[in-house]
Amino acid sequence: MNYFNINLSFLSDWLTGFFIFVILLISVPSAVYSMPYMKGHYSTKKSMLNWALLIMFVLSMLLVVSVGNTIYFLVSWELMSLLSFFFVVFDYEDTESVKAGVLYIIMTHLGTACIAAAFFLLYKYTGSFDYAVIKSNISYLPAEVKNIIFVLLFAGFGTKAGIVPLHIWLPQAHPQAPGHISSIMSGVMIKTAIYGIIRFAICIFGPGPLWWGYTVMTAAAVSCLVGVIYALMEHDIKRLLAYHSVENIGIILLGVGGAMILKNMGLQFLALLSLIAGLYHLINHAVFKSLLFLCAGSVYRATGTRDMEKMGGLIKAMPWTAASFLAGSLAISAIPPFNGFVSEWLTFQSLFGGALNSAGGSRLFFSLMAAALALTGGLAAACFVKAFGITFLAAPRSTAAGKALEVPPLMKYMTALLSVFALILGLAAVPAIKIIKKAAGMILAIDTAGFNFALNNSVVSVNADKGLYVSNPYFAILFICLAGVIAAALYVFLGRSSVKVGKTWGCGYYNLDSRTEYTATAFAKPFKIALGFFLKPFRKIKKEGDSIYHIKKFEYETHTTHVFNEYGYDILMKFIMSTAKKIRRSQPGSINIYLGYIFITLLVLMLTVNMF
Amino acid sequence: MDKIKLLIQVLILISVSPLVSGFIKKIKNIIRMRRGPGLFQPYYNMAKLLQKEEVISENTSWIFRSTPVIVACSSVCALFLVPVFNTSVAFTQMGDLIFLMFMLALGRFFLALAGLDAGSAFGGMGSSREMFISAFVEPAAVMAVFAVSLSAGSTSLSVISAAGGTRLSSLIASAALFIVTLAETSRIPVDNQETHLELTMVHEAMVLEYSGRSLALIEMAAHIKQIIFLSVISLLLPLSGVLFFIIKIAVLAAAVAVVEISMAKMRLFRVVDLLVFTFVLSMIAVIVSGMGV
Repeated sequence: MNYFNINLSFLSDWLTGFFIFVILLISVPSAVYSMPYMKGHYSTKKSMLNWALLIMFVLSMLLVVSVGNTIYFLVSWELMSLLSFFFVVFDYEDTESVKAGVLYIIMTHLGTACIAAAFFLLYKYTGSFDYAVIKSNISYLPAEVKNIIFVLLFAGFGTKAGIVPLHIWLPQAHPQAPGHISSIMSGVMIKTAIYGIIRFAICIFGPGPLWWGYTVMTAAAVSCLVGVIYALMEHDIKRLLAYHSVENIGIILLGVGGAMILKNMGLQFLALLSLIAGLYHLINHAVFKSLLFLCAGSVYRATGTRDMEKMGGLIKAMPWTAASFLAGSLAISAIPPFNGFVSEWLTFQSLFGGALNSAGGSRLFFSLMAAALALTGGLAAACFVKAFGITFLAAPRSTAAGKALEVPPLMKYMTALLSVFALILGLAAVPAIKIIKKAAGMILAIDTAGFNFALNNSVVSVNADKGLYVSNPYFAILFICLAGVIAAALYVFLGRSSVKVGKTWGCGYYNLDSRTEYTATAFAKPFKIALGFFLKPFRKIKKEGDSIYHIKKFEYETHTTHVFNEYGYDILMKFIMSTAKKIRRSQPGSINIYLGYIFITLLVLMLTVNMF
Repeated sequence: MDKIKLLIQVLILISVSPLVSGFIKKIKNIIRMRRGPGLFQPYYNMAKLLQKEEVISENTSWIFRSTPVIVACSSVCALFLVPVFNTSVAFTQMGDLIFLMFMLALGRFFLALAGLDAGSAFGGMGSSREMFISAFVEPAAVMAVFAVSLSAGSTSLSVISAAGGTRLSSLIASAALFIVTLAETSRIPVDNQETHLELTMVHEAMVLEYSGRSLALIEMAAHIKQIIFLSVISLLLPLSGVLFFIIKIAVLAAAVAVVEISMAKMRLFRVVDLLVFTFVLSMIAVIVSGMGV
């Protein structure tokens, strides 16, 4: 038995390379951003602590994606979880942070337990912790064990990724960390879970049964919808973004799950397309989500609050941050020519291909997935109209928002840099896809030489004979030309527009102030009513006054019910607590009884030792 | 050569797009037994607005100022993808039917932001409702697009229209897309273009703060969007050729007018029921397309 003879080996394939690139692409700007972000708000000691933890955190993520051995994977995975936990409780004076941190560490360890169980099962049947050996011995695994391992891995990694219903920690923990860490956690850390799913469920296991792919896709679609619906209801800007991470992980997994199904169906080209869409959305989400989180951090620094209802009008005080946030909003709402659009378009195309090449139920399944993605897109656009509109537009809704100033240069440059990345990934889709194709080909063990996803350097083409093209550069050029033509034509034929600045229309009442502005709650209200069957809104109105016509005091309270907590986790917690109470009776504190316990344990062990 | 043809086609469609709105209005008035404004009234409105002074709110930012151009550009860009007179347009390389939807989403996104920018409750209400309706339109529209694309084997409009042949699935999908058109072009029963009560407006409330030249651009974008939707549906219907295209557009416009006349505006939350119905309709179209008809 060579338990402790474990080689520390590193991988150097395209999959690892891709993830290392994503990690560094996001971590470096976030780290630079942290310098002015920390300055003046934390003591020197804490800033030092931040750097030490940050470097270790990034290193641990790099280790997760590069080690070639399940034991080292677990160690670095645990390291990553603990270090991110320290960041969640970085502001430990805040009880919210501690609460979120405790929830996070419990959930993440449940996930790690599942992963560890899966790895030990793998060891039992393949006799190794090494990826390469596991892969070559994978045929020794009985089918049902393989299924159990898959479920364990999916649950374990799903917890980290924030797949519904394992997502509950994510919207609590991510917003509590400092801005740059929220950005790294949402942008990169949860992607390591996608790495785990791809590495183990696709790379090492090879093609599994069809239901694996269907499970992944169904969970993905549910995550998309639940994530975006909760995001719409959220008025804490960072929590809103955290819920969008749940949504986008769903979109990524739609691509990954689609690849699993299509590979199984023998549709090599479409499997490749689907995985490319997933991986492309992964890097896109990393870029625009960290961009949005950094902007939210800047807004928090400038206004001192995360509540959107107390913001407004920031576009005038913080033009750089506003422009960056707008770029991120357009990207996440999949609006061309930004990057989110290309990967969503590719996902739509892979779903369409899947529907086209299958019959009966799976045809409808792929179409329904596309419809779910479309609804998600529509709701996400609504959510970001709310997020950007309420935060940055109109008049300030509080004095703090009115006094806000633009953040220090380094912070605004980093957000601007990331928005440039978002634009580049949208316009230069062809070279990006060419690189991602190599990673996807390696993962699926498909020779990609014959498959081409581009017509030329600016047109992404899925099927040239059938006219399945998309080209952001063409669109951008056409758009800019048209804008120029329209502006020039108006100017030449009609001259400068004469503009008079006046007050906002208030039906003849001209003393509108910030209290008459539309609020985020009001913006989301139609959605809350229409989706009431799921959100179960709660509303309490309390009026106090002499009569119904003369009211002195008015109280209004509204919130939505989180069904997963209410009907799932809370019941589970109650059960655990009541069981714990019953078990407590066996711990009366008398030393004689404990000695008795030890005696019984020894006896049982001695009697059963031969069984092992 | 193809590019020039396409450019001419786009220019023709842009120039006739207000006429379609005038035509719908005319038919409505004929049914109501009123004389009503002439067919060319939308052009006169546009000319009037272009010459007027603009009044903008003091709260607004560059988003508000740039939105009219962005909305107009996004509509015109989408028009470049509609192959009406020749099916092999060079610009199809820019994108397909799904891209067309995303392009229109760009304009809608900015318009909704502009609605919030002035800080008026009406604008915010309009934005919120517009995004609400469009979010629920999206799955129905994508399902309908899938249904017609599955029959043609492609999501490209030129391939779909070139495939030709009348299919039951395409007809059902066209019916679904017709309801989508009503919703997207703010027609009764989803929205009412003629209302003058801010609280019942959706699209009109969103653009309430606009005036003069900016309003002209936004109205033009709405006309173009309308002709895009009607053209897409008419490409799915049988009988091709320029003459039939014009007839089909006229028939569809008349249908819009009849629907507007014979129905009342729905409450916002009943619109969801209508859109769920549309979604089911498109789902049936997908199933039917799987049967090969």
